[in-house]
Amino acid sequence: MPDPSFVFAQSLSGLTAAMFLFLIASGLSLIFGVLRVLNFAHGTFYMLGAYLAYQLIVWLGPGPGMFWLAALGAAVTVALLGGLIERVLFRRLYGKEELYQLLFTYALALILSDVAKLLWGTQQKSVSRPPGLTGSFAFFGATIPAYNLFIVLLGPAIALAFWFVLQRTRAGRFIRAAALDRETLGALGVNVDALYTWVFMLASFLGGLGGALISPMRATVPGMDTEVIVEAFVVVVIGGLGSFWGTLLGAVIYGQVLSFGILFFPRFSIFAVFALMAAVLIVRPWGLLGRPLR
Amino acid sequence: MIARVPWGLLVFVAALFVPAVGSRYHTFVAGDVVIWALFATSLNLLVGYTGLVSFGHAAYFGVGAYATGILMKKLGAPFLLAWPAAGALAGACALVFGFFCVRLTRIYFAMLTLAFAQIVWAICFKWNEVTGGEQGMPEIPYPDFGWVERWGARVPLLGGWRTSEYYYFVTLVLVAASLFALHRIVGSPFGRILTSIRENAERAEFIGVNVRRYELAAFVLAGAFAGLAGGLFGIFNRGVFPDFAYWTKSSEVLIMTLLGGMGSFYGPSIGALVLILLNQQIVSYTEYWPLVLGTVLVVLLFGFPGGIAGAVGALAGRLFRRLRSA
Repeated sequence: MPDPSFVFAQSLSGLTAAMFLFLIASGLSLIFGVLRVLNFAHGTFYMLGAYLAYQLIVWLGPGPGMFWLAALGAAVTVALLGGLIERVLFRRLYGKEELYQLLFTYALALILSDVAKLLWGTQQKSVSRPPGLTGSFAFFGATIPAYNLFIVLLGPAIALAFWFVLQRTRAGRFIRAAALDRETLGALGVNVDALYTWVFMLASFLGGLGGALISPMRATVPGMDTEVIVEAFVVVVIGGLGSFWGTLLGAVIYGQVLSFGILFFPRFSIFAVFALMAAVLIVRPWGLLGRPLR
Repeated sequence: MIARVPWGLLVFVAALFVPAVGSRYHTFVAGDVVIWALFATSLNLLVGYTGLVSFGHAAYFGVGAYATGILMKKLGAPFLLAWPAAGALAGACALVFGFFCVRLTRIYFAMLTLAFAQIVWAICFKWNEVTGGEQGMPEIPYPDFGWVERWGARVPLLGGWRTSEYYYFVTLVLVAASLFALHRIVGSPFGRILTSIRENAERAEFIGVNVRRYELAAFVLAGAFAGLAGGLFGIFNRGVFPDFAYWTKSSEVLIMTLLGGMGSFYGPSIGALVLILLNQQIVSYTEYWPLVLGTVLVVLLFGFPGGIAGAVGALAGRLFRRLRSA
């Protein structure tokens, strides 16, 4: 039986990974829920968020609050990029075959990741932790970096904010309505085109924010996009495509399976994650908390 | 008129002369194209003919490659046994995975094929004792061509080639036979039923077709032929590596199929040819191949959704009509 403090540290590290994945996967799930498209480029938005955060910190220089400003700036830039892509290109593929939409987002991922390589090269970029969160805490004999703790708390905070917007505001009602029936919503006088652009921007914002916030913890390198997109797919599939709480649940399960899988079966933890994904798809294709598509 | 020309046969005969006319490099590229043509055509049986978009077709390619590689390198099995084993094993995997996949529709189908492919990849990546893990399995031996040397030395043109060139001939003949088999399959009543499932699965069900069973059969066949392509590729590549089964390989072959045109039998082969030639050209200038590939894909999706074969077919049709009216 492993040491309880070790188990605690392990589950917290799993939880940290889960909260990052939740940030990214919630954007993916949002786009799927409303636009019914799996966005392969979402992982690339995440990578761009990380690179942009790095670049903005270089430009802004050190200083209190500069990290947060850079992270926000990166996320907003990614959101604008996402909106532009939706407006100019993606829009033309609505109503076409799913395969075309899927491959378009894949093409986008290929292009954007190479553009990132052109701009920032193949050397890894790293960002130091924001001042005030560089220390660590001791819990039950385990040492937890302050920044990790912050992320673990931030995840649920963003989840709650998201839930509030979707359930309690007018825009959120429109988004939910668009997910159910686009045409009727348009007939009721809502500008559905603009709504789609906003949804795409919001989702890109979440992806970019995830990337920006992870930059102090992991090195930013080319290829981080293809890795994370598959992880995000696993999360949304387990939780349920288009389901918000499902994504949170999926992320937590993913993080725990991965961190405890490494503990008990060090070599087959990746296998366990994909096996779980396949099992969920076989038993409940719409995910643990999702609803079947019409 | 154009359709009556036996294009497949002509291309096959022309391809036989590549080692004689071209350099070693040309033979290498031709071998690459031939194997990928089989891989892409096997995928088209699912995507183009049955209407099932698989996002994990690389799994069966990988299984085939590892099966042949392990049999030939570790167990010293002859190629004649190891190659069919690749198809059989990949087909068996496709049977197990497909049993679950065909129960799902559209996006869920694609996700489950992806999940299974990632499982295969994870196994190849981590099971060091059998697959060589992350490092893969280098130095897969070529089949034994000693007997050709002995017997062919007396016949002009049959002897005196390099081992890699003998292997190219073997690849070419085996792929041509596989493509012929696939062509027969899609033209058979069985193939017609697959097409009717693509057009309207519900109506196919109405006329008494067991849709799931036919979809599963198509899935197994596509997997088996992908496995055969993988078996050939492992030896061609002089090594088998886990990324053969990674999801980016699945998307690569999907792009090939789409680029060539899903609507025609030879479309995916054309896609393989164009994409590999383009890749060879681009890579000598720049490392930004994904950028080029992505741009090609965007142009294709917005400009030529029927792929190269579709665009050429439309152009030929227009020319033909103009000739007739003139």
